[in-house]
Amino acid sequence: MTVGIVLVSHSPAVAGSVAEMAAELAGPSVAIRAAGGTDDGRFGTSIDLIAAAVKAADSGDGVCVLMDMGSSVLTAKTLLEDLEDDGGGPLVRLADAPFTEGAVAAAVLASTGQDLDTVVGSAEQAWSMRKL
Amino acid sequence: MAFDAQTATAWITASEAAVKADEARLTGLDAAIGDGDHGANMARGLAAALTNIAERAPSTPGDVLVAAGRGIVAKTGGASGPLYGSAFRRAGKALGDTTSASADEVGAALEAALTAIKGLGGANEGDKTMIDALAPAVAAFQAVAADGGPLAAAAAAAADGAEQGLAATVPMQARKGRASYLGPRSVGHEDPGAASTALILRALAEVVA
Repeated sequence: MTVGIVLVSHSPAVAGSVAEMAAELAGPSVAIRAAGGTDDGRFGTSIDLIAAAVKAADSGDGVCVLMDMGSSVLTAKTLLEDLEDDGGGPLVRLADAPFTEGAVAAAVLASTGQDLDTVVGSAEQAWSMRKL
Repeated sequence: MAFDAQTATAWITASEAAVKADEARLTGLDAAIGDGDHGANMARGLAAALTNIAERAPSTPGDVLVAAGRGIVAKTGGASGPLYGSAFRRAGKALGDTTSASADEVGAALEAALTAIKGLGGANEGDKTMIDALAPAVAAFQAVAADGGPLAAAAAAAADGAEQGLAATVPMQARKGRASYLGPRSVGHEDPGAASTALILRALAEVVA
């Protein structure tokens, strides 16, 4: 079992492409789900799409959610509050991380069987990976 | 007049009508400093709020606002969805099980909405957001209610406060959301979120007048 990853973007294509890239680098053992755009395919965010992606990505070890910006962050935070209010749902943590780099870091760590805290931590450490 | 389930439903109905009537103006404000979807998003979100209220047929004003908030969160699409959605849900929860809320209780619910928006978005007064309309509205509402004023007078004061707060966003530089990337170029425009907040509070004042 591995920690699942959910990618939330304002754009369906961005979420889908980053999920595809992270999956390619992490291998087939990690469940990575994209939740980009609204439920009718426009730019924006859908709490129902994110909730469904979290459910699909969870294998019992929890889910690390990464968001790009704006409504992605606010909608993911709202879902987390709902899950806490309702209780009994999957263990979910939001990673405060750069979207693409954090997704790859989280997916690679998840593929090694690390726990949710470690996976979220690896995504957040992506801020410190300098490029130049 | 008391704030019961029927009044709460009338408020959301009037808000939807007001936003729909002003959809082009809201979108125009948002096109100036945002991504130009605020009018359409708010119209869609409030329409979903009305659908959700109709489906659940809530019997308390608190449950009406919670149902409205759930519809708004689910269907709005932009950042205003979680912000307004959380605001209405927290306001509804603050009203508890009462079937008829007093002016004081409605004031506390509006304050809970303001706290929800601040907590979720991390913005404060002066950041050129909906908070710049809602914060003065809550203060004005509570000042009237604390003096024993009726709901109608408190709501009228809140609507005036929101409209003054909206006007005050024009010279502000945005510090949150897409507009914040524009830096000083965000100055000189009304904030679209503050504009929709002013419409929603004017709708409340008209419904309880």
